[in-house]
Amino acid sequence: MSNKVPTPDELSKIDYTPPKKGWMDTPVEFKPGTWCYGSRPKYLESVDFPNPRDWKPTDDDWKLPENWKEIFLKGMEERLRKYRSFRLFMDICVRCGACADKCHFFIGSGDPKNMPVLRAELLRSVYRKYFTASGKLLGKVAGARELTIDVLKELWYYYYQCTECRRCSVFCPYGIDTAEITIIARELLNLLGLNTDWIAGPVANCYRTGNHLGLEPHTFKNSIEFFLSDIEDITGIKIEPSFNRKGAEILFITPSGDTFADPGTYTCMGYLMLFHELGLDYTWSTYASEGGNFGFFTSNEMAKRLHYKIYAEAKRLGVKWILGGECGHMWRVLNQYLDTWHGPADFLEEPVSPITGTTFENAKSSKLVHIAEFTADLIRNGILKLDPSRNNHLKVTFHDSCNTSRGMGIFEEPRFIIRSVCNHFYEMPEDTIREKTFCCGSGSGLNAGENMELRMRGGFPRANAVKYVKEKHDVNMLANICAIDRAALPPLMDYWVPDVRVAGVHELVGNALVMKGEKERIVDLRGEPLPVKSESTSSEEVKEG
Amino acid sequence: MELKNLLSEKRDVILERWFDLILKSYPADTSSFLRNQKNQSTNPVGHTILKSIEGLFDKLIEGLDHTSGDSWSSFLDNIIRIKAVQDFTPSHALSFIFDLKKIIREELKNDPVLNSIQDNSGSGNGITVELSKLDSRIDALALDSFDIYMKCREKIYDLKAKEFENKTFRLLQMANLIYDKEEEQRLDKDHGNLKKAL
Ligand code: SF4
Ligand code: SF4
Repeated sequence: MSNKVPTPDELSKIDYTPPKKGWMDTPVEFKPGTWCYGSRPKYLESVDFPNPRDWKPTDDDWKLPENWKEIFLKGMEERLRKYRSFRLFMDICVRCGACADKCHFFIGSGDPKNMPVLRAELLRSVYRKYFTASGKLLGKVAGARELTIDVLKELWYYYYQCTECRRCSVFCPYGIDTAEITIIARELLNLLGLNTDWIAGPVANCYRTGNHLGLEPHTFKNSIEFFLSDIEDITGIKIEPSFNRKGAEILFITPSGDTFADPGTYTCMGYLMLFHELGLDYTWSTYASEGGNFGFFTSNEMAKRLHYKIYAEAKRLGVKWILGGECGHMWRVLNQYLDTWHGPADFLEEPVSPITGTTFENAKSSKLVHIAEFTADLIRNGILKLDPSRNNHLKVTFHDSCNTSRGMGIFEEPRFIIRSVCNHFYEMPEDTIREKTFCCGSGSGLNAGENMELRMRGGFPRANAVKYVKEKHDVNMLANICAIDRAALPPLMDYWVPDVRVAGVHELVGNALVMKGEKERIVDLRGEPLPVKSESTSSEEVKEG
Repeated sequence: MELKNLLSEKRDVILERWFDLILKSYPADTSSFLRNQKNQSTNPVGHTILKSIEGLFDKLIEGLDHTSGDSWSSFLDNIIRIKAVQDFTPSHALSFIFDLKKIIREELKNDPVLNSIQDNSGSGNGITVELSKLDSRIDALALDSFDIYMKCREKIYDLKAKEFENKTFRLLQMANLIYDKEEEQRLDKDHGNLKKAL
């Protein structure tokens, strides 16, 4: 599209239909607001990643090693050998198109290369050229193409426009998971130093300090202490959690985002209040101070390196098991990769709730329990005293994070908790929740600032469903159990559905939790006035839309 | 015959052509998806565009016989908010408004009833006057759309800036580098969550 402003008359004559050319012949154009900055060399250096240099994705010269093509293809060959799924996904797609319109990026952008089938085809065409007989022989006719610099740029552009959300895989009759293709494509790109700053920075930080933000132990501790004084102001209760305490029964790990940015901070306050009320024998760690794993967005190896600190710390402190906060990709990594990477964590014990005696059999191998499971179990056993009317000012809907839902199957627990701590809960339309949930549009390390247009497009299907329940039921709070959601959904709402705010489920728990010895609460965890009590406040009023 | 009645009669065909023309600004594969998938949740772009142009058209006609303020802004906002974040230049994002003039002109030109009125009685003059009124209403729509487009783009820049500001502010705060209470309150307020005095 040209930048020249057409006259009204010209406008009325424009034929908008873009020229009909095959996708292979349409070179990638780096559109503003759709891509993230290239990684700074210092980040790559600190984790020994290849080809650290200053570069911009829009530069003509990407400063690649001379034998970049060889590196890429060799990397591909290795992975085809190592991962049967990768070879299978390269081979078996019948291009039926069932996945084509299921990606939020396609739905929101209208760019056909964001159709999962075409996204995968970008790499598949290279695979055919170099790894199949028909492709070597017949080239384009067999859907094969040469790996050129332009193709490489296209791969980078579109594999950093996939949030690895797996929605497309739900609809594929062959179970092809385009997310896994993206994961491998990004690994290959990383072999050439083609990362993004927003991913490489947190990886380097996490490697150095144990969390994505690069908080040193004392700063991490300070940030939690911040919340303690807020909690004391609100409830009159002084909480004194422990840090790095050897011999604690449970190690608690949550994404560092919850200690850092609103509204995650309120969720963090909810955890602190809950554990205090239970008298839980647990500790925070200022070393394993991150549940998230941006390494997962660079390479399998890096994810593994970053991940192990959680277990190393559990071993060092001698805890029995690990409790994890509200996080998305942390759970995907655990559920899908842990055993293959490190084997079962045999030095820990099978998690048993010290409060209810429930054994978390699903965590037999990982020894790591999601806090939604833990809290749902407490509520089911009638352990918590809850006053849901304290959340009466909130009309809540729930966004299933891709990772906890499609990656792990956590559907009911957060809903059960919300229904127990809130009187007003409404579901978004069926096609947009549970295993069909629409991504926030910012997952897998795409939640940078410079690609805001991309995030807004990708998040539009989600926002549109929120808008629907807002118009129908006056919904004003979008609850979730993922730290990336808490960071990414507020701007998404701000753009598409103003007046809907975002909260972690444990913020709602913190509001409703009646604590022993607390003073009368007049404000919620955000410091906003609680709704005035009326006669019917305790009545159950749970509705679905 | 009044222009309003004529246009109401032709509502469906005009809207269909308008919708088609808007969809043509997308690649072919995309436009067929936008047109054919009717589910509001799984095709929010197509659905929103269709609902918005329906609303805009009705408001345009409704206002032909009174001069009250125009209440089309929510329809206009819904469609422009989408185009403002897609791959369009500003002029292409907003050109759909001008398409409507062209479509209406063409539809009226082909209308046998209108032609016979104009030929036989000359009372087509009334229609001409009304048409120029309609034109200026569409111009007004275009002017409003510039405002909305700018607001959407400003919002995007604002969100980009806020992402940065949020991070920096909290880092400084944690490093105990910020003592300025007023500044803290201003920023908190900007982000819509000024803590109420406890
Ligand atoms: S649904 Fe599966 S088989 Fe069909 S086009 Fe998509 S990836 Fe290929
Ligand atoms: S994994 Fe998600 S973002 Fe990636 S292609 Fe599939 S639907 Fe799109």
